Amino acid sequence: MSTTAQRESKTKIAGTLYRGHEGMWSWVLHRITGIAIYFFLLVHVLDTATLRISPEVYNGVIGAYKTPIMGIGEAGLVAAIVFHAMNGLRVILVDSTSWGTKYQRQMFYVVLALWTALMIAFVPRHLMNVFEGGH
Amino acid sequence: MNLTKRFKLDRLAWVFMRVSGFFLVFLIFTHLIVNVMQDGGVHAIDFAFVAGKLADPMWQWFDVTLLWLAVLHGTNGMRTIVDDYVYRAKLKKVLLGGLYGSTALLLVLGTLVIFTLDPCPAGSPADLLPSFCSVS
Repeated sequence: MSTTAQRESKTKIAGTLYRGHEGMWSWVLHRITGIAIYFFLLVHVLDTATLRISPEVYNGVIGAYKTPIMGIGEAGLVAAIVFHAMNGLRVILVDSTSWGTKYQRQMFYVVLALWTALMIAFVPRHLMNVFEGGH
Repeated sequence: MNLTKRFKLDRLAWVFMRVSGFFLVFLIFTHLIVNVMQDGGVHAIDFAFVAGKLADPMWQWFDVTLLWLAVLHGTNGMRTIVDDYVYRAKLKKVLLGGLYGSTALLLVLGTLVIFTLDPCPAGSPADLLPSFCSVS
């Protein structure tokens, strides 16, 4: 006869206090968004550096960002940045307050709510600019 | 590096991630609001817009702060990830070497561009330049 905990650990990734819960997913998402943002930063400093070559070259390079596919990519980038920012503030609170650890789970849902609100404020406006904004 | 030194450096890196992260939230949100949420959004970004901004010392210092904090925060994040997942000593050395090389390149190149950009390069068509270039 197996205990409830043993049965649960066989059916879902939640064998410990940590695995499979909000704490783990916030950590996974923080890593993935961080890596994505790093590689964009790498490209973004280089594309901005073409300012130094000539106005024509810079306008050509930045023009590559103004296509619909890149526009969707930019929405994804902002989604990653906003999550990383909000969850980063959560990490700071968990690390630096006496109550942070106790409420880390609730704060993860606050992060998701803030992320949703900020994305609602950003994405429609951005996509209108991408798909309707003239060159 | 001996362990005590290594611990001290890691603790410093840990503090840096919290402090730089806190400021980066405000710096990057401002960066996005000013550049991407303006009228026309991403379509309005061109040489005239960016060079016009960078002609202002306030934006130069804003951008150089953003550059250094973002690049160092990203570098330390990537270092942590390499430390966590790469066990082969040789591969780790190559990856960290590439990472620190990129970091140096981005910091030097970015800082130079921010402080040495000529907003009105001679011989460029006036319609590509910030409007203040044509005022004589």
